[in-house]
Amino acid sequence: MDQKYILLRGREVKNIHKLKTYEENGGYAALKKALSMKPAEVIEEVKASNLRGRGGAGFPTGLKWSFIPQNEPVKYVAVNCDESETGTFKDREIMETNPHQLIEGALICAYAIQAKAVYIYLRGEFWDLAHEVDKAIADAVKAGYAGDNILGSGYSCPVYTHLGAGAYICGEESALLNSLEGKLGQPRVRPPFPANKGGGLYGEPTVINNVETLANVPWIINNGAAAYKSMGTEQSPGTKVFCVSGHVVRPGNYEFTFGLTMRELLFEHAGGIPDGKKIKGILPSGGSGPIMKATDEMLDVKLTYEDMAKAGTILGSASIVVMDETVDMTWVASRVTKFFKHESCGKCTPCREGTYWLDKVIDRIMAGGAQMSDIDLINNIAKNMQGVTLCALGDFAANPIIHTIKNFPEDFRQHIASGSSKPARGAAS
Amino acid sequence: MSIKDKKYAKRIEATFSKYPDKRSAVMPLLYIAQEEYGWVSPEGIQEVAELCEIDPTQVKSIAGFYTMYSEQPKGKYWLQVCTDLACALNKADDFYEELKQELGVDDGGTTEDGLFTVEHVMCLAACDKAPMLQCNFHFHEKLNKEKMRELLAQWRADAAKEA
Ligand SMILES: Cc1cc2nc3c(=O)[nH]c(=O)nc-3n(C[C@H](O)[C@H](O)[C@H](O)COP(=O)(O)O)c2cc1C
Ligand code: SF4
Ligand code: FES
Repeated sequence: MDQKYILLRGREVKNIHKLKTYEENGGYAALKKALSMKPAEVIEEVKASNLRGRGGAGFPTGLKWSFIPQNEPVKYVAVNCDESETGTFKDREIMETNPHQLIEGALICAYAIQAKAVYIYLRGEFWDLAHEVDKAIADAVKAGYAGDNILGSGYSCPVYTHLGAGAYICGEESALLNSLEGKLGQPRVRPPFPANKGGGLYGEPTVINNVETLANVPWIINNGAAAYKSMGTEQSPGTKVFCVSGHVVRPGNYEFTFGLTMRELLFEHAGGIPDGKKIKGILPSGGSGPIMKATDEMLDVKLTYEDMAKAGTILGSASIVVMDETVDMTWVASRVTKFFKHESCGKCTPCREGTYWLDKVIDRIMAGGAQMSDIDLINNIAKNMQGVTLCALGDFAANPIIHTIKNFPEDFRQHIASGSSKPARGAAS
Repeated sequence: MSIKDKKYAKRIEATFSKYPDKRSAVMPLLYIAQEEYGWVSPEGIQEVAELCEIDPTQVKSIAGFYTMYSEQPKGKYWLQVCTDLACALNKADDFYEELKQELGVDDGGTTEDGLFTVEHVMCLAACDKAPMLQCNFHFHEKLNKEKMRELLAQWRADAAKEA
């Protein structure tokens, strides 16, 4: 539960975004070390650290790398910097303040799977950031850390940026690959999976990792898996960047070893709720995770993958949106639903139609023209979207509403009983 | 006017050199077309298609899929205000209303002088700094009415200087 800067080192070391400063602070030593190891040894070390993917699913990173077939001649690494989940703004800070650490981590991954190239996929709105990253890549190439014959090892790997253009769905890994290939950014049918022939970028085996995931890798190689595992918990080792937004005094990114409680994060560190108000609800993983009532039990849950799952929600990308007592949760459900309706790529019917109808019914409830039976209708639509779609967005879209109805039934009933909408927005406005 | 003009040659060449496949350049080239024409015009689509060696209808459907490619002419300054949940909890809706009033336009509208187009958008990864907007994809954060007026004045002055 300690404050420790592995990922947000830019807060401690000024100018670490510059190559010279990064080098002075141990930068690229891990890449050098990795190049002196066998690729399989690098994978073993990352596996032993039990580093888990920070893109939302928490999948073990070393295991993912080990799925890549060794004998295929062409392989790729794709870095996921699409960061479009409501309430998420951690990858942006990592990339803005510490880009070389991501580049170094991605190159270690590339060496471990013997990739031909690294593509960093940034959401289009990170336009300025992408240009800064391009400069950092150019500096790394000049210094011999990327490109041809890296540090004289004989291993070559260029690093490229690729800008998206405003589509949340391109954060989904197979849609990201399609987008990189110049196709519509829609998810692919799986199998084949990205790690296998036919499933990855240009049909070649590909590792896709989140920015925060890869930014951990240099530390693991430098300090060893055992040291990494000594931080956090058995199932959630290391540190995590928690994005805190909404009704808190000090919104922002917070990096801690896994295991501090929601209460500690929100009240000790983020300063609690403004204007002496009480906390009402929490979205622990942006729009896509189950919305929770801020009960004492919930506030005492430890922020780890396993504890959050036990509490009936997810840690996900740890984009924690806080709502105070003035907030109408029906309005929250409506906002989140509009998000998913807008972002559904339209490829499968239950998601395309489901998000449309959910939005329509919630609008009716918000406008005061609904009936009690609409609650059942919503539940029905949402349940018909779960588990039957090509990608997880269909489930994401169903989640918030089902959980809002479950955890805040009185907010729905109020709208319906009063037959009118109350202009309940966010903060006491 | 063409993205095949000399001034883009180097950028286009660098773009193609990134990928094993010409088609992958379609998104970067659409940005160049948007820069050249102010929007992804039919000419721009045609040129991107020729350069990437794919069908113009495919280029058009890609341009239509992504929100950052503009399918009609926009104002010189394209203002995108995040009104997604985290920002909305911190008065982004009020801020957006004020901006529209200040400019006398509706959502998606362009001012008569052609300077500003306003639009509300989903989360832009700046949720801790609400209200915020992007102007031609540059971030402006922790805004309020006064700061908004200052920014508008600045952009108007910049435009006047250029004219
Ligand atoms: C609709 C949808 C959107 C997603 N958006 C992102 C995103 O913006 N960034 C991200 O890293 N992962 C996102 N993911 C998860 C990715 O598909 C993938 O699991 C992740 O990039 C893997 O990296 P990791 O193992 O390092 O977590 C999204 C998934 C879905 C279904
Ligand atoms: S679930 Fe939705 S977003 Fe995912 S592929 Fe189907 S339509 Fe597209
Ligand atoms: S909700 Fe507005 S930037 Fe994230």
